Amino acid sequence: MMDFLSSLGDMIASVPFWVATLRIATPLILGTLGVLICERAGVLNLGIEGIMVAGAFTGWLAVYHGAGLWTGLAVAALTGALCGALHALLTVWLTVSQHVAGLGITMLATSLASFAYRVSFPQVSTPPTIQPFAPLAALQGIPLIGPVLAEQTALTLGAIALVPLAAWFIYRTPAGLALRMAGENPAAAEGQGLDVLRVRGAAIVGGSALMGMAGAFLTLSAFNAFFMNMVNGRGWICVALVVFASWRPGKALLGALLFAAFDAAQLRLQQDGGALPYQLYLMLPYVLSILALIVMARRAAYPQALMKPYRKGER
Amino acid sequence: MPVLSRRGLLCAALVLSTGLLGALPAQAQQKIKVAAVYTVPVEQQWVSRIHKALNEARARGEIDYVFSENVANADYERVMRQYAEQGNALILGEAFAVEAAARKVARDYPKTAFLLGSSGKPQAPNFSVFDNYIQEPAYLTGMIAASMSKSGHIGMVGGYPIPEVNRLMNAFMDGAREINPKTKFTVSFIGSWFDPPKAKEAAFAMIDKGADVLYAERFGVSDAAREKGRLAIGNVVDTQAQYPETVVASALWNMEPTVGAALAKVKAGKFAAEDYGQYSLMKFKGSELAPLGTFARKVPADTLRKVEARQKEILAGKFSVKVNDGAPKSN
Repeated sequence: MMDFLSSLGDMIASVPFWVATLRIATPLILGTLGVLICERAGVLNLGIEGIMVAGAFTGWLAVYHGAGLWTGLAVAALTGALCGALHALLTVWLTVSQHVAGLGITMLATSLASFAYRVSFPQVSTPPTIQPFAPLAALQGIPLIGPVLAEQTALTLGAIALVPLAAWFIYRTPAGLALRMAGENPAAAEGQGLDVLRVRGAAIVGGSALMGMAGAFLTLSAFNAFFMNMVNGRGWICVALVVFASWRPGKALLGALLFAAFDAAQLRLQQDGGALPYQLYLMLPYVLSILALIVMARRAAYPQALMKPYRKGER
Repeated sequence: MPVLSRRGLLCAALVLSTGLLGALPAQAQQKIKVAAVYTVPVEQQWVSRIHKALNEARARGEIDYVFSENVANADYERVMRQYAEQGNALILGEAFAVEAAARKVARDYPKTAFLLGSSGKPQAPNFSVFDNYIQEPAYLTGMIAASMSKSGHIGMVGGYPIPEVNRLMNAFMDGAREINPKTKFTVSFIGSWFDPPKAKEAAFAMIDKGADVLYAERFGVSDAAREKGRLAIGNVVDTQAQYPETVVASALWNMEPTVGAALAKVKAGKFAAEDYGQYSLMKFKGSELAPLGTFARKVPADTLRKVEARQKEILAGKFSVKVNDGAPKSN
């Protein structure tokens, strides 16, 4: 037991562990912020899994055809925004079920991306690759956290920087207030002269753009090629992390880091070849997340109008 | 008055299409109609080998080839039936997760030949099986890996511990132990066939622990090795062209002998329920140690001599690599 604890301590003190944690967390941070912004406006966006696939594909495809990496990221964001516009049309203006619309967009975006990939590359045996974002080696000099940051790419730092930015936007700007009102009490927002439908639509488009970028991280930074099934459930984790964060950006960052740290730990513990079957290790981040969710969810405050479509003039 | 009436147009279309239909079978007669159903995209290592062999047969003009990729297990039976209904003479695929359903389809279409990847037995009269029995070159790559490892620590990242993965990992480990009995192995599985970022993270974790040669069962592992200046061993496919400074050797699977044997039987009208597993062995050229290429001069000459001697013994039937389908463990 002492051995195990000391090896666990060694792991947590090691630079590669934190490097891996930040890398695994990045798509989760971006995706969770995306879901959070949608839900703060009162709309559940289950399109995230598919939007991430679409963003991962289009961002990578743009770079493959000669665009710069940042342009690729912008293309991914635009792809996400387009999917978001469709989601907004369905859920905000046509007020169809948010669950069904979201899952439908996930299926549509996943299939379209796979189809477009096969049409673009009908005869490949090994997946074509690009030159991804390079680590920011110049940060090596920063005391304490330098070695961890030096292994990350600009996208990871950008994702982390986006968290306080999102918090400031949601809590400190008039637009953020409108966003929260649309999710808490849309009738009151309407009473203030706000167009609830537009606010919700804008939130979904913006949040979905972040989801597209979350997907693009996988193909432009974490890896250098696109695979049809590579998002592999990361989008669903973001949906759960928003509940864990009780709809607060700061806690969303914490949740993403926690989940990523469990995953990084799992990969390391599994190798030591304990008596446990490998499936238990793979389960670890999910089991611990559920436990954390139980603890945190007691104080979670849902946006009051979440999943309630707003129909103007309806009483 | 129009030049061509509506009725005239219909008649012309009818005549034209019957003419086309009549011409089609005559052309298709010498070509065998082949269909394949894959549960993963055709870039996936395992499936890419089947796809390549069938594409080559098509290029030679022997077959008409259609396929469906990324078919969910729940849809697998439906797609198989559709291809059988369309009159394909030979249907290939992978039955691993859909054994019962695939065998049921075969029973319902006794005139169609089925050749599926399977850990099970053939089923009379028309359900044949194959598998990637490439443990022989995997053993040889293990010998090379152990001689290239300075730390004596080899890391192995796999998708799932199923027989098709385990038997190659075990043979690889046996081969490594022949050169260095004290080799330390770390094994981990990522629980997915297609998550290169995750496979890469698992490989990074192994490199942190001191592994300097990685067994690349999944995409992503060689990338981690390249970024950290370590070495990798390929499996099923040869990716040295993409990683010239990283991939030392690969155990290559060739599906051509299996496909060739099945096509010959179908052509002769003699297709029966058989186990095609042997056509993946080295003596049938169903597998091989890929050319060392950029590493031809970097692998110790002493090891190369030993590998060559082993290869000769395998081909002569004097040495057989143990087939062990149990899940490999770290030591």
